[in-house]
Amino acid sequence: MPQKTYKAGVKDYRENYWTPDYTPLDTDLLACFKIVPQAGVPREEIAAAVAAESSTGTWTTVWTDMLTDIDYYKGRAYRIEPVPGDNTAFYAFVAYPIDLFEEGSVVNVLTSLVGNVFGFKALRSLRLEDLRFPIAYVMTCGGPPNGIQVERDRLNKYGRAFLGCTIKPKLGLSAKNYGMAVYECLRGGLDFTKDDENVNSQPFMRWRHRFEFVMEAVLKAQAETGERKGHYLNVTAATPEEMYKRAEFAKELGAPIIMHDYLTGGLCANTGLANWCRDNGMLLHIHRAMHAVLDRNPYHGIHFRVLVKCLRLSGGDHLHSGTVVGKLEGDRNATLGWIDTMRESFIPENRARGLFFDQDWGSMPGVMPVASGGIHVWHIPALVNIFGDDSCLQFGGGTLGHPWGNAAGATANRVALEACTDARNQGRQIEREGKEVLTEAAQHSPELKIAMETWKEIKFEFDTVDKLDVG
Amino acid sequence: MDEIKPYKATERKGETFSYLPPFTPEKIRKHIAYMIAQGWSPAIEHTEPEKSYSNFWYLWKLPFFGEKSVEKVMAEIEACHRDNLGHVVRLTGFDNYTQCRGTAFIVHRSGR
Repeated sequence: MPQKTYKAGVKDYRENYWTPDYTPLDTDLLACFKIVPQAGVPREEIAAAVAAESSTGTWTTVWTDMLTDIDYYKGRAYRIEPVPGDNTAFYAFVAYPIDLFEEGSVVNVLTSLVGNVFGFKALRSLRLEDLRFPIAYVMTCGGPPNGIQVERDRLNKYGRAFLGCTIKPKLGLSAKNYGMAVYECLRGGLDFTKDDENVNSQPFMRWRHRFEFVMEAVLKAQAETGERKGHYLNVTAATPEEMYKRAEFAKELGAPIIMHDYLTGGLCANTGLANWCRDNGMLLHIHRAMHAVLDRNPYHGIHFRVLVKCLRLSGGDHLHSGTVVGKLEGDRNATLGWIDTMRESFIPENRARGLFFDQDWGSMPGVMPVASGGIHVWHIPALVNIFGDDSCLQFGGGTLGHPWGNAAGATANRVALEACTDARNQGRQIEREGKEVLTEAAQHSPELKIAMETWKEIKFEFDTVDKLDVG
Repeated sequence: MDEIKPYKATERKGETFSYLPPFTPEKIRKHIAYMIAQGWSPAIEHTEPEKSYSNFWYLWKLPFFGEKSVEKVMAEIEACHRDNLGHVVRLTGFDNYTQCRGTAFIVHRSGR
Protein backbone atom coordinates (compact mmCIF):
# COMPACT_ATOMS: atom_id res chain seq x y z
CA MET A 1 0.00 0.00 0.00
CA PRO A 2 1.54 3.37 -1.00
CA GLN A 3 2.27 5.44 2.06
CA LYS A 4 0.85 8.97 2.14
CA THR A 5 2.93 11.68 3.71
CA TYR A 6 1.79 13.90 6.54
CA LYS A 7 1.31 17.61 5.99
CA ALA A 8 -0.10 19.76 8.79
CA GLY A 9 -2.69 22.43 7.99
CA VAL A 10 -6.32 22.93 7.11
CA LYS A 11 -7.81 21.22 4.06
CA ASP A 12 -11.24 21.71 2.55
CA TYR A 13 -13.59 19.12 3.98
CA ARG A 14 -14.72 18.19 0.48
CA GLU A 15 -11.30 16.83 -0.42
CA ASN A 16 -11.92 13.89 1.87
CA TYR A 17 -15.61 13.82 2.70
CA TRP A 18 -17.48 14.67 -0.54
CA THR A 19 -17.71 11.44 -2.56
CA PRO A 20 -20.42 11.81 -5.22
CA ASP A 21 -19.34 8.56 -6.89
CA TYR A 22 -19.89 6.49 -3.74
CA THR A 23 -22.56 3.79 -3.78
CA PRO A 24 -23.82 3.28 -0.22
CA LEU A 25 -23.39 -0.20 1.19
CA ASP A 26 -26.30 -2.22 2.59
CA THR A 27 -24.53 -2.06 5.93
CA ASP A 28 -24.11 1.72 5.94
CA LEU A 29 -26.19 3.89 8.19
CA LEU A 30 -27.63 6.61 5.92
CA ALA A 31 -28.72 10.08 6.95
CA CYS A 32 -30.49 12.90 5.20
CA PHE A 33 -29.81 16.38 6.59
CA LYS A 34 -31.53 19.60 5.60
CA ILE A 35 -28.86 22.29 5.57
CA VAL A 36 -29.01 26.07 5.41
CA PRO A 37 -25.37 27.17 4.96
CA GLN A 38 -23.86 30.52 5.87
CA ALA A 39 -23.66 32.83 2.87
CA GLY A 40 -20.92 32.02 0.40
CA VAL A 41 -20.16 28.46 1.56
CA PRO A 42 -20.45 25.99 -1.35
CA ARG A 43 -23.03 23.21 -0.88
CA GLU A 44 -20.55 20.36 -1.44
CA GLU A 45 -18.19 21.85 1.12
CA ILE A 46 -20.81 22.22 3.81
CA ALA A 47 -22.28 18.76 3.12
CA ALA A 48 -18.77 17.34 3.44
CA ALA A 49 -18.27 19.30 6.66
CA VAL A 50 -21.43 17.78 8.14
CA ALA A 51 -20.25 14.29 7.15
CA ALA A 52 -16.82 14.95 8.64
CA GLU A 53 -17.94 16.55 11.88
CA SER A 54 -20.48 13.80 12.53
CA SER A 55 -17.92 11.06 11.92
CA THR A 56 -14.14 11.04 11.92
CA GLY A 57 -13.18 14.59 10.96
CA THR A 58 -12.10 17.66 12.80
CA TRP A 59 -11.24 21.17 11.62
CA THR A 60 -7.57 20.54 10.91
CA THR A 61 -5.37 17.72 9.75
CA VAL A 62 -3.97 15.61 12.61
CA TRP A 63 -1.09 13.18 12.27
CA THR A 64 -2.94 10.44 14.15
CA ASP A 65 -5.33 10.15 11.17
CA MET A 66 -2.47 8.33 9.51
CA LEU A 67 -2.38 5.60 12.13
CA THR A 68 -5.74 4.30 10.98
CA ASP A 69 -7.59 3.55 7.78
CA ILE A 70 -9.47 6.81 7.79
CA ASP A 71 -11.02 6.11 4.37
CA TYR A 72 -12.73 3.09 5.88
CA TYR A 73 -14.11 4.88 8.91
CA LYS A 74 -15.11 8.23 7.50
CA GLY A 75 -18.67 9.35 6.86
CA ARG A 76 -19.26 10.34 3.25
CA ALA A 77 -21.51 13.00 1.80
CA TYR A 78 -22.61 11.23 -1.37
CA ARG A 79 -25.51 13.27 -2.72
CA ILE A 80 -27.06 16.70 -2.48
CA GLU A 81 -30.56 17.60 -3.61
CA PRO A 82 -32.53 20.82 -3.69
CA VAL A 83 -35.36 21.21 -1.18
CA PRO A 84 -38.58 21.56 -3.21
CA GLY A 85 -39.96 25.07 -3.02
CA ASP A 86 -37.08 26.45 -0.96
CA ASN A 87 -33.80 27.71 -2.40
CA THR A 88 -32.26 28.64 0.93
CA ALA A 89 -31.83 25.02 1.98
CA PHE A 90 -30.69 21.74 0.45
CA TYR A 91 -30.62 18.09 1.43
CA ALA A 92 -27.32 16.35 2.02
CA PHE A 93 -27.14 12.57 2.12
CA VAL A 94 -24.41 11.02 4.23
CA ALA A 95 -23.33 7.39 4.51
CA TYR A 96 -21.66 6.17 7.71
CA PRO A 97 -19.91 2.81 7.99
CA ILE A 98 -21.60 0.58 10.55
CA ASP A 99 -18.39 0.21 12.56
CA LEU A 100 -18.69 3.80 13.74
CA PHE A 101 -21.50 2.81 16.10
CA GLU A 102 -21.64 0.59 19.15
CA GLU A 103 -24.04 -2.30 18.65
CA GLY A 104 -27.47 -1.83 20.19
CA SER A 105 -26.83 1.79 21.19
CA VAL A 106 -29.16 4.44 19.82
CA VAL A 107 -27.43 6.67 22.35
CA ASN A 108 -24.15 6.28 20.53
CA VAL A 109 -25.71 6.84 17.10
CA LEU A 110 -27.30 10.11 18.19
CA THR A 111 -24.19 11.33 19.97
CA SER A 112 -22.36 11.19 16.63
CA LEU A 113 -25.10 12.26 14.26
CA VAL A 114 -26.70 15.07 16.21
CA GLY A 115 -23.73 16.03 18.36
CA ASN A 116 -21.23 18.86 17.80
CA VAL A 117 -22.18 19.22 14.17
CA PHE A 118 -25.43 21.01 15.10
CA GLY A 119 -23.46 23.90 16.57
CA PHE A 120 -21.08 24.19 13.64
CA LYS A 121 -20.58 27.87 12.75
CA ALA A 122 -20.53 27.42 8.97
CA LEU A 123 -24.17 26.30 9.20
CA ARG A 124 -27.07 28.64 9.71
CA SER A 125 -29.24 25.68 10.60
CA LEU A 126 -29.25 21.92 10.33
CA ARG A 127 -32.02 19.36 10.57
CA LEU A 128 -31.74 15.59 10.60
CA GLU A 129 -34.64 14.68 8.31
CA ASP A 130 -34.36 10.91 8.20
CA LEU A 131 -32.12 7.96 8.98
CA ARG A 132 -31.84 4.53 7.40
CA PHE A 133 -30.70 1.98 9.94
CA PRO A 134 -29.21 -1.02 8.14
CA ILE A 135 -30.88 -4.30 9.06
CA ALA A 136 -27.50 -5.45 10.39
CA TYR A 137 -27.71 -2.68 12.99
CA VAL A 138 -31.42 -3.20 13.70
CA MET A 139 -30.60 -6.80 14.63
CA THR A 140 -28.32 -5.60 17.43
CA CYS A 141 -31.12 -3.67 19.16
CA GLY A 142 -33.73 -5.07 21.51
CA GLY A 143 -36.67 -3.14 20.12
CA PRO A 144 -40.20 -3.16 21.54
CA PRO A 145 -40.37 -5.52 24.52
CA ASN A 146 -43.66 -7.07 23.34
CA GLY A 147 -45.03 -5.58 20.14
CA ILE A 148 -48.52 -5.10 18.81
CA GLN A 149 -49.53 -8.76 18.41
CA VAL A 150 -48.39 -9.76 21.87
CA GLU A 151 -50.19 -6.78 23.37
CA ARG A 152 -53.41 -7.77 21.59
CA ASP A 153 -53.07 -11.35 22.78
CA ARG A 154 -52.37 -10.32 26.39
CA LEU A 155 -55.28 -7.89 26.44
CA ASN A 156 -57.59 -10.09 24.37
CA LYS A 157 -58.65 -7.21 22.09
CA TYR A 158 -58.93 -7.71 18.37
CA GLY A 159 -60.33 -5.96 15.35
CA ARG A 160 -60.56 -2.48 16.79
CA ALA A 161 -58.35 0.32 18.09
CA PHE A 162 -57.60 0.55 21.81
CA LEU A 163 -59.10 3.33 23.88
CA GLY A 164 -57.32 5.25 26.59
CA CYS A 165 -57.71 8.33 28.72
CA THR A 166 -55.21 10.52 30.49
CA ILE A 167 -56.41 11.37 33.99
CA LYS A 168 -56.88 15.09 34.65
CA PRO A 169 -56.25 17.46 36.27
CA LYS A 170 -52.76 16.35 35.50
CA LEU A 171 -51.39 17.63 38.78
CA GLY A 172 -52.88 17.93 42.23
CA LEU A 173 -55.18 14.94 42.80
CA SER A 174 -54.74 12.73 45.83
CA ALA A 175 -53.99 9.08 45.13
CA LYS A 176 -57.42 7.82 46.18
CA ASN A 177 -59.34 10.44 44.19
CA TYR A 178 -57.09 9.66 41.25
CA GLY A 179 -57.88 5.94 41.58
CA MET A 180 -61.58 6.78 41.59
CA ALA A 181 -61.24 8.68 38.30
CA VAL A 182 -59.39 5.69 36.82
CA TYR A 183 -62.05 3.24 37.98
CA GLU A 184 -64.89 5.27 36.49
CA CYS A 185 -63.15 5.45 33.09
CA LEU A 186 -62.35 1.75 32.98
CA ARG A 187 -65.73 0.50 34.14
CA GLY A 188 -67.34 2.70 31.47
CA GLY A 189 -65.56 0.89 28.66
CA LEU A 190 -62.03 2.22 28.15
CA ASP A 191 -59.15 -0.23 27.86
CA PHE A 192 -56.50 1.97 29.43
CA THR A 193 -56.02 5.00 31.55
CA LYS A 194 -52.79 6.92 31.75
CA ASP A 195 -50.67 8.89 34.16
CA ASP A 196 -50.06 12.27 32.68
CA GLU A 197 -46.36 12.67 31.95
CA ASN A 198 -45.99 15.31 34.64
CA VAL A 199 -47.13 12.85 37.28
CA ASN A 200 -44.07 11.21 38.80
CA SER A 201 -44.02 11.35 42.59
CA GLN A 202 -44.96 14.77 43.87
CA PRO A 203 -45.88 15.77 47.40
CA PHE A 204 -49.64 15.70 46.68
CA MET A 205 -49.48 12.09 45.43
CA ARG A 206 -46.47 9.87 46.03
CA TRP A 207 -45.95 7.17 43.45
CA ARG A 208 -46.50 4.19 45.72
CA HIS A 209 -49.88 5.44 46.92
CA ARG A 210 -50.95 6.11 43.36
CA PHE A 211 -49.87 2.66 42.18
CA GLU A 212 -51.83 0.94 44.95
CA PHE A 213 -55.10 2.78 44.44
CA VAL A 214 -54.87 2.66 40.65
CA MET A 215 -54.29 -1.09 40.60
CA GLU A 216 -57.30 -1.66 42.87
CA ALA A 217 -59.32 0.32 40.31
CA VAL A 218 -57.94 -1.66 37.38
CA LEU A 219 -58.55 -5.05 38.95
CA LYS A 220 -62.08 -4.19 40.05
CA ALA A 221 -63.08 -2.80 36.65
CA GLN A 222 -61.57 -5.87 35.05
CA ALA A 223 -63.54 -8.25 37.27
CA GLU A 224 -66.81 -6.38 36.72
CA THR A 225 -66.60 -5.92 32.96
CA GLY A 226 -64.95 -9.24 32.18
CA GLU A 227 -62.55 -7.32 29.94
CA ARG A 228 -58.78 -6.81 30.27
CA LYS A 229 -57.81 -3.35 31.53
CA GLY A 230 -54.64 -1.43 32.29
CA HIS A 231 -53.27 1.86 33.52
CA TYR A 232 -49.94 3.24 32.28
CA LEU A 233 -48.12 3.62 35.59
CA ASN A 234 -45.48 6.25 34.99
CA VAL A 235 -42.16 5.00 36.34
CA THR A 236 -40.17 7.93 34.93
CA ALA A 237 -37.97 9.09 37.79
CA ALA A 238 -34.93 11.14 38.66
CA THR A 239 -32.58 8.17 38.64
CA PRO A 240 -32.53 4.73 36.99
CA GLU A 241 -32.46 3.09 40.43
CA GLU A 242 -35.69 4.81 41.41
CA MET A 243 -37.24 3.99 38.02
CA TYR A 244 -36.55 0.27 38.43
CA LYS A 245 -37.86 0.33 41.99
CA ARG A 246 -41.19 1.71 40.74
CA ALA A 247 -41.28 -0.80 37.88
CA GLU A 248 -40.74 -3.67 40.30
CA PHE A 249 -43.60 -2.49 42.49
CA ALA A 250 -45.91 -2.17 39.49
CA LYS A 251 -45.11 -5.76 38.64
CA GLU A 252 -45.72 -6.86 42.20
CA LEU A 253 -49.21 -5.33 42.06
CA GLY A 254 -50.02 -7.18 38.83
CA ALA A 255 -49.92 -4.16 36.50
CA PRO A 256 -49.88 -5.16 32.82
CA ILE A 257 -48.28 -1.94 31.59
CA ILE A 258 -45.93 0.81 32.76
CA MET A 259 -44.88 4.07 31.20
CA HIS A 260 -41.71 6.04 30.49
CA ASP A 261 -40.91 9.45 29.05
CA TYR A 262 -38.14 8.56 26.64
CA LEU A 263 -36.71 11.95 25.79
CA THR A 264 -36.72 13.64 29.20
CA GLY A 265 -35.86 10.33 30.89
CA GLY A 266 -33.24 9.70 28.24
CA LEU A 267 -32.51 6.91 25.80
CA CYS A 268 -30.09 5.14 28.12
CA ALA A 269 -32.78 4.80 30.80
CA ASN A 270 -35.36 3.91 28.17
CA THR A 271 -33.32 1.10 26.63
CA GLY A 272 -32.62 -0.33 30.06
CA LEU A 273 -36.28 -0.16 31.04
CA ALA A 274 -37.31 -1.82 27.76
CA ASN A 275 -34.94 -4.66 28.58
CA TRP A 276 -36.47 -4.91 32.05
CA CYS A 277 -39.95 -5.04 30.49
CA ARG A 278 -38.89 -7.83 28.15
CA ASP A 279 -37.54 -9.80 31.09
CA ASN A 280 -40.64 -9.20 33.21
CA GLY A 281 -43.51 -9.56 30.73
CA MET A 282 -44.52 -5.91 31.06
CA LEU A 283 -45.95 -3.70 28.33
CA LEU A 284 -44.22 -0.32 27.94
CA HIS A 285 -46.07 2.86 27.04
CA ILE A 286 -43.82 5.68 25.86
CA HIS A 287 -44.48 9.37 26.24
CA ARG A 288 -42.54 11.94 24.19
CA ALA A 289 -42.33 15.15 26.23
CA MET A 290 -39.72 17.50 24.71
CA HIS A 291 -40.16 16.15 21.19
CA ALA A 292 -41.55 19.41 19.79
CA VAL A 293 -38.46 21.22 21.04
CA LEU A 294 -36.43 18.93 18.79
CA ASP A 295 -38.73 18.31 15.87
CA ARG A 296 -41.09 21.22 15.22
CA ASN A 297 -38.77 23.75 13.57
CA PRO A 298 -38.59 22.83 9.87
CA TYR A 299 -34.99 24.10 9.61
CA HIS A 300 -33.26 22.96 12.74
CA GLY A 301 -33.35 19.89 14.94
CA ILE A 302 -34.36 16.28 14.46
CA HIS A 303 -37.46 15.23 12.54
CA PHE A 304 -39.99 13.20 14.53
CA ARG A 305 -39.63 10.27 12.11
CA VAL A 306 -36.02 9.95 13.31
CA LEU A 307 -37.15 10.04 16.94
CA VAL A 308 -39.65 7.29 16.06
CA LYS A 309 -36.93 5.08 14.63
CA CYS A 310 -34.76 5.67 17.68
CA LEU A 311 -37.60 4.67 19.98
CA ARG A 312 -38.43 1.54 18.01
CA LEU A 313 -34.79 0.46 18.36
CA SER A 314 -34.47 1.50 22.01
CA GLY A 315 -37.75 -0.22 22.90
CA GLY A 316 -41.34 0.67 23.65
CA ASP A 317 -44.73 -0.86 22.86
CA HIS A 318 -46.70 2.40 22.53
CA LEU A 319 -45.54 5.79 21.28
CA HIS A 320 -47.47 9.03 20.92
CA SER A 321 -47.81 9.91 17.27
CA GLY A 322 -50.03 12.99 17.16
CA THR A 323 -53.61 12.81 15.95
CA VAL A 324 -53.71 14.94 12.76
CA VAL A 325 -57.17 16.12 13.86
CA GLY A 326 -56.75 17.15 17.52
CA LYS A 327 -55.18 20.09 19.31
CA LEU A 328 -51.52 19.25 18.62
CA GLU A 329 -49.40 19.73 15.51
CA GLY A 330 -49.25 16.98 12.87
CA ASP A 331 -49.43 16.98 9.08
CA ARG A 332 -51.54 14.10 7.74
CA ASN A 333 -49.12 12.65 5.18
CA ALA A 334 -46.12 13.05 7.43
CA THR A 335 -48.05 11.34 10.23
CA LEU A 336 -48.95 8.43 7.95
CA GLY A 337 -45.24 8.14 7.17
CA TRP A 338 -44.17 7.83 10.78
CA ILE A 339 -47.01 5.58 11.91
CA ASP A 340 -45.96 3.18 9.13
CA THR A 341 -42.44 3.51 10.49
CA MET A 342 -43.73 2.47 13.92
CA ARG A 343 -45.78 -0.51 12.82
CA GLU A 344 -44.64 -2.07 9.54
CA SER A 345 -41.74 -4.42 8.92
CA PHE A 346 -40.60 -2.81 5.66
CA ILE A 347 -41.34 0.78 4.73
CA PRO A 348 -40.29 1.90 1.23
CA GLU A 349 -38.95 5.36 0.45
CA ASN A 350 -41.90 7.67 -0.08
CA ARG A 351 -41.17 11.37 -0.45
CA ALA A 352 -44.89 12.20 -0.45
CA ARG A 353 -44.88 11.02 3.18
CA GLY A 354 -41.47 12.46 3.98
CA LEU A 355 -39.67 9.11 3.97
CA PHE A 356 -36.22 9.51 2.39
CA PHE A 357 -35.08 5.90 2.60
CA ASP A 358 -36.32 2.34 2.51
CA GLN A 359 -36.35 1.04 6.08
CA ASP A 360 -36.22 -2.67 6.80
CA TRP A 361 -37.01 -3.69 10.40
CA GLY A 362 -36.78 -7.42 9.76
CA SER A 363 -38.77 -9.20 12.42
CA MET A 364 -38.46 -6.47 15.05
CA PRO A 365 -41.91 -6.02 16.65
CA GLY A 366 -43.95 -2.93 15.88
CA VAL A 367 -44.87 -0.02 18.11
CA MET A 368 -48.51 0.93 18.65
CA PRO A 369 -49.14 4.59 17.74
CA VAL A 370 -51.04 6.53 20.38
CA ALA A 371 -53.23 9.32 19.03
CA SER A 372 -53.62 11.80 21.85
CA GLY A 373 -54.29 15.48 22.31
CA GLY A 374 -57.63 17.26 22.16
CA ILE A 375 -59.68 14.47 20.61
CA HIS A 376 -63.34 13.63 21.26
CA VAL A 377 -66.15 11.55 19.78
CA TRP A 378 -66.53 13.68 16.64
CA HIS A 379 -62.93 12.92 15.67
CA ILE A 380 -63.36 9.14 15.88
CA PRO A 381 -64.47 8.52 12.26
CA ALA A 382 -61.36 10.31 10.96
CA LEU A 383 -59.12 8.65 13.55
CA VAL A 384 -60.32 5.15 12.62
CA ASN A 385 -59.67 5.96 8.98
CA ILE A 386 -56.21 7.45 9.53
CA PHE A 387 -54.89 5.11 12.21
CA GLY A 388 -56.71 1.84 11.56
CA ASP A 389 -57.05 -0.79 14.27
CA ASP A 390 -53.44 -1.01 15.44
CA SER A 391 -53.49 2.19 17.42
CA CYS A 392 -54.60 3.58 20.73
CA LEU A 393 -56.99 6.52 20.71
CA GLN A 394 -56.18 8.41 23.84
CA PHE A 395 -58.66 10.90 25.24
CA GLY A 396 -58.45 13.25 28.19
CA GLY A 397 -61.08 15.94 28.27
CA GLY A 398 -62.86 13.87 25.60
CA THR A 399 -63.74 11.33 28.32
CA LEU A 400 -63.47 13.25 31.60
CA GLY A 401 -65.28 16.32 30.27
CA HIS A 402 -68.47 14.38 29.56
CA PRO A 403 -71.38 16.14 31.30
CA TRP A 404 -72.35 12.91 33.11
CA GLY A 405 -68.83 11.96 34.22
CA ASN A 406 -66.01 9.58 33.33
CA ALA A 407 -67.95 6.32 33.01
CA ALA A 408 -70.49 7.88 30.67
CA GLY A 409 -67.68 9.59 28.77
CA ALA A 410 -65.90 6.27 28.40
CA THR A 411 -69.05 4.57 27.12
CA ALA A 412 -69.55 7.37 24.59
CA ASN A 413 -65.99 6.88 23.34
CA ARG A 414 -66.38 3.11 23.17
CA VAL A 415 -69.75 3.17 21.39
CA ALA A 416 -68.43 5.69 18.86
CA LEU A 417 -65.31 3.62 18.17
CA GLU A 418 -67.23 0.37 17.80
CA ALA A 419 -69.85 2.01 15.58
CA CYS A 420 -67.18 3.43 13.28
CA THR A 421 -65.26 0.13 13.16
CA ASP A 422 -68.49 -1.75 12.46
CA ALA A 423 -69.43 0.72 9.71
CA ARG A 424 -65.99 0.45 8.11
CA ASN A 425 -66.23 -3.36 8.06
CA GLN A 426 -69.67 -3.05 6.48
CA GLY A 427 -68.04 -1.13 3.62
CA ARG A 428 -69.11 2.39 4.54
CA GLN A 429 -66.91 5.46 3.94
CA ILE A 430 -66.68 6.46 7.58
CA GLU A 431 -64.81 9.71 7.21
CA ARG A 432 -67.42 11.03 4.78
CA GLU A 433 -70.41 9.43 6.54
CA GLY A 434 -69.08 10.02 10.05
CA LYS A 435 -71.97 12.15 11.15
CA GLU A 436 -74.60 9.60 10.09
CA VAL A 437 -72.67 6.70 11.61
CA LEU A 438 -72.38 8.46 14.96
CA THR A 439 -75.96 9.71 14.90
CA GLU A 440 -77.26 6.18 14.29
CA ALA A 441 -75.13 4.80 17.11
CA ALA A 442 -76.33 7.53 19.46
CA GLN A 443 -79.89 6.25 19.13
CA HIS A 444 -78.85 3.32 21.34
CA SER A 445 -76.50 5.31 23.53
CA PRO A 446 -77.65 8.36 25.47
CA GLU A 447 -74.02 8.75 26.63
CA LEU A 448 -72.86 9.21 23.04
CA LYS A 449 -75.78 11.47 22.18
CA ILE A 450 -74.98 13.96 24.93
CA ALA A 451 -71.25 13.82 24.12
CA MET A 452 -72.01 14.71 20.52
CA GLU A 453 -74.10 17.65 21.63
CA THR A 454 -71.44 18.85 24.06
CA TRP A 455 -68.53 18.90 21.62
CA LYS A 456 -70.10 19.53 18.24
CA GLU A 457 -68.50 22.96 17.82
CA ILE A 458 -64.98 22.12 18.94
CA LYS A 459 -62.41 21.95 16.18
CA PHE A 460 -58.70 22.71 16.03
CA GLU A 461 -58.15 24.18 12.60
CA PHE A 462 -54.76 25.81 12.69
CA ASP A 463 -52.23 25.47 9.94
CA THR A 464 -49.35 23.04 10.47
CA VAL A 465 -45.99 24.68 11.23
CA ASP A 466 -43.83 21.74 10.18
CA LYS A 467 -45.13 20.93 6.72
CA LEU A 468 -43.61 18.45 4.30
CA ASP A 469 -41.29 20.10 1.78
CA VAL A 470 -43.21 20.37 -1.47
CA GLY A 471 -42.70 22.74 -4.38
CA MET B 1 -77.85 18.26 39.13
CA ASP B 2 -80.95 16.44 37.86
CA GLU B 3 -79.89 16.85 34.24
CA ILE B 4 -77.06 14.38 35.00
CA LYS B 5 -78.01 10.81 34.19
CA PRO B 6 -76.49 8.37 36.70
CA TYR B 7 -74.28 5.63 35.27
CA LYS B 8 -75.60 2.17 36.10
CA ALA B 9 -73.69 -0.54 38.00
CA THR B 10 -70.93 -1.92 35.80
CA GLU B 11 -72.17 -4.46 33.27
CA ARG B 12 -70.30 -7.49 32.15
CA LYS B 13 -69.10 -6.95 28.59
CA GLY B 14 -67.39 -9.03 25.94
CA GLU B 15 -64.68 -6.95 24.24
CA THR B 16 -65.06 -5.82 20.60
CA PHE B 17 -68.55 -4.66 19.57
CA SER B 18 -70.05 -5.51 22.96
CA TYR B 19 -71.06 -1.88 23.47
CA LEU B 20 -73.29 -2.02 20.37
CA PRO B 21 -76.70 -3.70 20.19
CA PRO B 22 -76.39 -7.42 19.25
CA PHE B 23 -75.64 -7.84 15.55
CA THR B 24 -78.41 -8.97 13.23
CA PRO B 25 -77.64 -11.99 11.01
CA GLU B 26 -77.34 -9.55 8.11
CA LYS B 27 -74.62 -7.62 9.90
CA ILE B 28 -72.78 -10.77 10.90
CA ARG B 29 -72.76 -11.80 7.24
CA LYS B 30 -71.04 -8.54 6.30
CA HIS B 31 -68.45 -9.00 9.02
CA ILE B 32 -67.72 -12.51 7.75
CA ALA B 33 -67.33 -11.13 4.23
CA TYR B 34 -64.94 -8.47 5.57
CA MET B 35 -62.93 -11.11 7.38
CA ILE B 36 -62.64 -13.26 4.27
CA ALA B 37 -61.71 -10.21 2.17
CA GLN B 38 -58.84 -9.49 4.58
CA GLY B 39 -57.53 -13.00 3.95
CA TRP B 40 -58.30 -14.15 7.50
CA SER B 41 -59.57 -17.62 8.37
CA PRO B 42 -62.91 -17.53 10.17
CA ALA B 43 -63.18 -19.68 13.30
CA ILE B 44 -65.83 -20.24 15.95
CA GLU B 45 -65.25 -20.59 19.68
CA HIS B 46 -67.72 -21.04 22.52
CA THR B 47 -67.75 -21.30 26.28
CA GLU B 48 -69.95 -21.32 29.36
CA PRO B 49 -70.53 -17.66 30.36
CA GLU B 50 -68.88 -18.20 33.75
CA LYS B 51 -65.66 -19.29 32.06
CA SER B 52 -65.63 -16.55 29.45
CA TYR B 53 -62.86 -14.50 31.10
CA SER B 54 -60.28 -17.11 30.07
CA ASN B 55 -58.32 -16.58 26.88
CA PHE B 56 -59.15 -20.10 25.83
CA TRP B 57 -62.64 -21.13 24.77
CA TYR B 58 -63.73 -24.41 23.17
CA LEU B 59 -62.81 -24.42 19.49
CA TRP B 60 -65.74 -25.49 17.32
CA LYS B 61 -64.36 -27.96 14.76
CA LEU B 62 -61.32 -26.25 13.18
CA PRO B 63 -60.82 -22.78 11.72
CA PHE B 64 -62.41 -22.69 8.25
CA PHE B 65 -59.20 -22.36 6.26
CA GLY B 66 -59.75 -21.14 2.73
CA GLU B 67 -63.52 -20.84 3.21
CA LYS B 68 -65.02 -18.24 0.86
CA SER B 69 -68.70 -18.86 1.56
CA VAL B 70 -70.30 -16.49 4.03
CA GLU B 71 -73.34 -18.79 4.22
CA LYS B 72 -71.28 -21.82 5.25
CA VAL B 73 -69.70 -19.85 8.10
CA MET B 74 -73.16 -18.59 9.13
CA ALA B 75 -74.46 -22.16 9.16
CA GLU B 76 -71.56 -23.24 11.41
CA ILE B 77 -72.29 -20.42 13.85
CA GLU B 78 -75.89 -21.60 14.10
CA ALA B 79 -74.87 -25.24 14.44
CA CYS B 80 -72.47 -24.36 17.25
CA HIS B 81 -75.15 -22.30 18.98
CA ARG B 82 -77.77 -25.10 18.69
CA ASP B 83 -75.35 -27.68 20.08
CA ASN B 84 -74.34 -25.43 22.96
CA LEU B 85 -77.41 -23.54 24.11
CA GLY B 86 -76.53 -21.14 26.89
CA HIS B 87 -72.95 -20.76 25.72
CA VAL B 88 -71.34 -17.57 24.51
CA VAL B 89 -70.27 -17.93 20.88
CA ARG B 90 -67.43 -15.92 19.40
CA LEU B 91 -66.38 -15.46 15.80
CA THR B 92 -62.65 -15.00 15.21
CA GLY B 93 -60.58 -14.22 12.11
CA PHE B 94 -57.11 -15.76 12.24
CA ASP B 95 -54.46 -13.75 10.40
CA ASN B 96 -51.56 -16.05 9.57
CA TYR B 97 -49.38 -13.16 8.41
CA THR B 98 -49.35 -11.32 11.74
CA GLN B 99 -49.86 -14.59 13.65
CA CYS B 100 -52.55 -12.78 15.54
CA ARG B 101 -56.32 -12.58 15.40
CA GLY B 102 -57.45 -9.93 12.93
CA THR B 103 -60.73 -9.64 14.77
CA ALA B 104 -62.85 -11.46 17.35
CA PHE B 105 -66.32 -10.63 18.60
CA ILE B 106 -69.26 -12.33 20.23
CA VAL B 107 -72.15 -13.39 17.98
CA HIS B 108 -74.32 -15.07 20.64
CA ARG B 109 -74.44 -13.35 24.02
CA SER B 110 -76.49 -16.11 25.66
CA GLY B 111 -76.17 -16.26 29.38
CA ARG B 112 -76.80 -12.61 30.00
